[in-house]
Amino acid sequence: MAASINDDASLAGGAITVPPARRGRRISGGYLLRRVLLAIESFLVTLVIGFIVFSLVPSDPAQALSRAQAVTAQQMADLRKDLGLDQPIIVRFFRFLGNTFTGNFGYSWEFRQSVGGLIASAIGPTLLLMGCATLISVLLGLWLGVRSGWKPGSKFDRFFTGTAVTLWSVPTFWLGMMLLVVFSVGVGPLPRIFPAGGMSDPTVDPSGIAHILDVAHHLVLPCLTLVAVTFAQNLMIMRSSLVDELGNAYLTTARAKGLRDSEVRRRHAVPNAMLPAITVIFLQIGGLVGGAIVTETVFSWPGLGLLVYNGIKIPDLPLLEGTFVIFSGSVIVFNLLADLLYRVLDPRVKG
Amino acid sequence: MIAPATEVGDAAVPPLLEVSDLRVSYGVGSRSVKAVRGVDFMLRSGEALGIAGESGSGKSTLVMSFLRLLPAVATVTGQVRYHGEDILTMNWGRVRAVRWAGASMIFQGAMSALNPVRTIAQQIVEPILLHEKIGARAARARASSLLHDVGLPAARLNAYPHELSGGQRQRVMIAMALACGPDLIIADEPTTALDVMVQAQILQLLKDLAANRSIGLIMISHDLSVLSEVCDRLAVMYAGSICELGPTADVRSDPRHPYSSALLDAFPEIGDPAARRNPHGLPGDPPDATIASAGCSFAPRCPVAMPACATHEIELWPSGPQRLSSCLRVLPEFRDAPDGTGVPREPAESATEGNPVG
Amino acid sequence: MSTDQRPADALPVVTASHVNRPPARFAGVRRRVMQFFTMPTGVFGAVVLVVVVATAVFAPLIVPSAALDVTRVDGPSLHPPTAGYPLGTDQAGRSVLDLVLWGTRSSLVIGIIATALTVVVGTTIGLVAGHYGGWVERLLMQITDWVIALPGLPLAISLAAVLGQGNTSIIVAIAVTSWTGTARLVRAQTLAVGARSFVERAKALGATDGQVMRRHILPSVVPIVLVTSTLKIADSILSAATLTFLGLGNPMDVSWGSILNSALGQGALTAGAWWYLIPPGVAILIVVLGFTLCGRALETIINPRMGAFR
Repeated sequence: MAASINDDASLAGGAITVPPARRGRRISGGYLLRRVLLAIESFLVTLVIGFIVFSLVPSDPAQALSRAQAVTAQQMADLRKDLGLDQPIIVRFFRFLGNTFTGNFGYSWEFRQSVGGLIASAIGPTLLLMGCATLISVLLGLWLGVRSGWKPGSKFDRFFTGTAVTLWSVPTFWLGMMLLVVFSVGVGPLPRIFPAGGMSDPTVDPSGIAHILDVAHHLVLPCLTLVAVTFAQNLMIMRSSLVDELGNAYLTTARAKGLRDSEVRRRHAVPNAMLPAITVIFLQIGGLVGGAIVTETVFSWPGLGLLVYNGIKIPDLPLLEGTFVIFSGSVIVFNLLADLLYRVLDPRVKG
Repeated sequence: MIAPATEVGDAAVPPLLEVSDLRVSYGVGSRSVKAVRGVDFMLRSGEALGIAGESGSGKSTLVMSFLRLLPAVATVTGQVRYHGEDILTMNWGRVRAVRWAGASMIFQGAMSALNPVRTIAQQIVEPILLHEKIGARAARARASSLLHDVGLPAARLNAYPHELSGGQRQRVMIAMALACGPDLIIADEPTTALDVMVQAQILQLLKDLAANRSIGLIMISHDLSVLSEVCDRLAVMYAGSICELGPTADVRSDPRHPYSSALLDAFPEIGDPAARRNPHGLPGDPPDATIASAGCSFAPRCPVAMPACATHEIELWPSGPQRLSSCLRVLPEFRDAPDGTGVPREPAESATEGNPVG
Repeated sequence: MSTDQRPADALPVVTASHVNRPPARFAGVRRRVMQFFTMPTGVFGAVVLVVVVATAVFAPLIVPSAALDVTRVDGPSLHPPTAGYPLGTDQAGRSVLDLVLWGTRSSLVIGIIATALTVVVGTTIGLVAGHYGGWVERLLMQITDWVIALPGLPLAISLAAVLGQGNTSIIVAIAVTSWTGTARLVRAQTLAVGARSFVERAKALGATDGQVMRRHILPSVVPIVLVTSTLKIADSILSAATLTFLGLGNPMDVSWGSILNSALGQGALTAGAWWYLIPPGVAILIVVLGFTLCGRALETIINPRMGAFR
């Protein structure tokens, strides 16, 4: 691939035109379509797996539903017909698909309400909690990960790596309970700073600033719990990504140009290390969902996680099924966004 | 430190670069690796100096130490005077100012030496904006004209390194090195890993640049033919020190150190069938870098070594007009000494004074 | 005119005996074991594990079964630590120390069995995919990708809930959600090994696929599986604790998760009974940390490049 010195006509004397700077990268429509179709396919497979899992029930759902009351054999048969349990499995699957896409998740056995309605009112609090926690833990993890990875083996690095490994090993729910005991119930001389659970104080007027502050006040402990466990993971990911970049020659070039150490790190090492790190971090979102479930349980935070916890009791299968579909769908959407983001940011990859 | 009386020049103006007794070692104590063991030379503006040697001779370490680019674990002693100022004792702010604007570098392996996620324009403009107070647009215009100077179309400004060929990337490295108008450029293996045709073009480019802009050039290569194309003077390094220094043509035709001679012999002459069938390698390996032994480090492999070589203190001595050599045999008292085999040497073919090897 | 003249250019006889002896049979393994002992965190992890396993094994001797039976204890309810009850008591009057010690068994057993199942499933799939290639590999890897896309805990909860309360459900749930990592790892290793020439030679000599997999590829895959298993046990114990905390385990069983579940459900939190809440969590932390540190140390041995920046 020898490049001839007479590569281009523009070399032949005359004025040198300066081409304008390149604008941001775009993703081709074709690629976007393909990725979206893949995501839909993935979601459909998820639905199949979900359906299979929930069909494995060894016990008879009709019996579970009518446990509290005495029913005759005829009523039982009618109930089964209502639930569509007498149909062959393929028909049941397609009914399930159709219901899912119309948002009909059936009736919760525990709450005697439409599952769709329950989910709709629970989704807000969960988004609030997970959103705040994700933002903080990603920023914190990235920042500390960069600092640790830049000078591996330093005291800073060893301290934070040790902290990360330890936090990784801490069960999220237990950490939440510890925080609750210390900051809410109060141990010994420590005062009660934060509320013991729930999302807001019912005595506060639901509109207005006071309510927002109140919710924020309730948000602190659950958010802290979620952040503590997830930032450790993000830190390790970013750190290892940066460490991988350390040996590269372009960093020496940057230093030779006269840049300060912090500038070399900020302008050259971090952008390169950030790309794979961000992708991996986005893919961890599934783990964050799990963390949210237990955190909401401990703090009685009225979100999807608390619904799941309540659904375990009987077990309330329609509720569990509905929440499973929602969680899976969000994870798939997030993975799609991660992939598109990576395509936009990394110039080496074709858009 | 040798300041050969035969070196001409204006004695009042300090030379562009003057290196005195430069030593680089890694680690401490008896197990430390002595990568560079006392190097002295001088470079004037507009001169091109080539540094030749095999892998592990310390060439790259040497030039990296000039701008203090070695990692902190390396211990560097000696002096590196740039226009009279010792870089090794400057404060960091001054070092950063000298970097690129005073002396810039062209690294080998341009694919990994360029930032993969930044455009060519961003990388060339970066040092300009850092060292000079001009606007982004003016800097970009200068980048464009630099690309023109190295023979690349201006459209390449918006390209990323992976979109260019090896030869184009090397040209970008050269353009980048010129960005702040340095008076010294250090090129570390600029043509290794390029195919022969591209290599020729790059060398021509370097020659033209050195000639037209009176930039001092230090070029490293293990390939003597490459250095012969571009460099006025040639330094041959072995095991961390210079063993021969002199005008390129003279060193090539009449080497004054057995290692230079062996290095030259190792390159077969194109067109000489006998050479193809009879490659001249040198038996043995370079010495263990952790051992600082007395005497000449080449003695164990030297075909004309004598007993004194193991004990005599080694320096660079004059061995002809503007020539230096660290071989004992250039000294009058050892000129005709028998070597270790006890077999008297063949008389030298050439009658030139001070010629220990043929 | 001697008849036994040695030729002038005969090579000198090599007399040093160590030159010709082949290296000892398990020299490589021994070297790695010695290397392990130079890593303080790894050794600490190993010590922790030994203590934990010993506790689990000897628990029946230390803790009388009567101490766990709610109907047979007579301690005060939810009392802070005293001389007789070093870690205090729970609502039923049982000694928390006894509960935590006994919980070691359940947590370890579930964790190890779940990991064993995960590793067996993952390794088999990875081996088959990597070795056979073609449509088999594509299909298996596509299934793996689909399962990876599922969120872990919701799937585990759903599965365990559907299968009914009990330890088997938990084990199955953990295995179903964790095998994918191992599968991918083993497949990558299989591909790397399979490309090597000794495998080609074995095939050329007529070895069947099964023989090649068992005798040639499996041994190369074992070290990496060992490392993953250690780290996976840590994950499994955490997952099991979470699932039992959520109420999915065997209600009769005493495990760390179930202790914390009782604490949450029966008001120990609001009563501020820290002696009841801290020990089970600390126990989980110690065991998981032990396995993690051990696993990371093993990882450094197997893959020396990672050791530079540990």
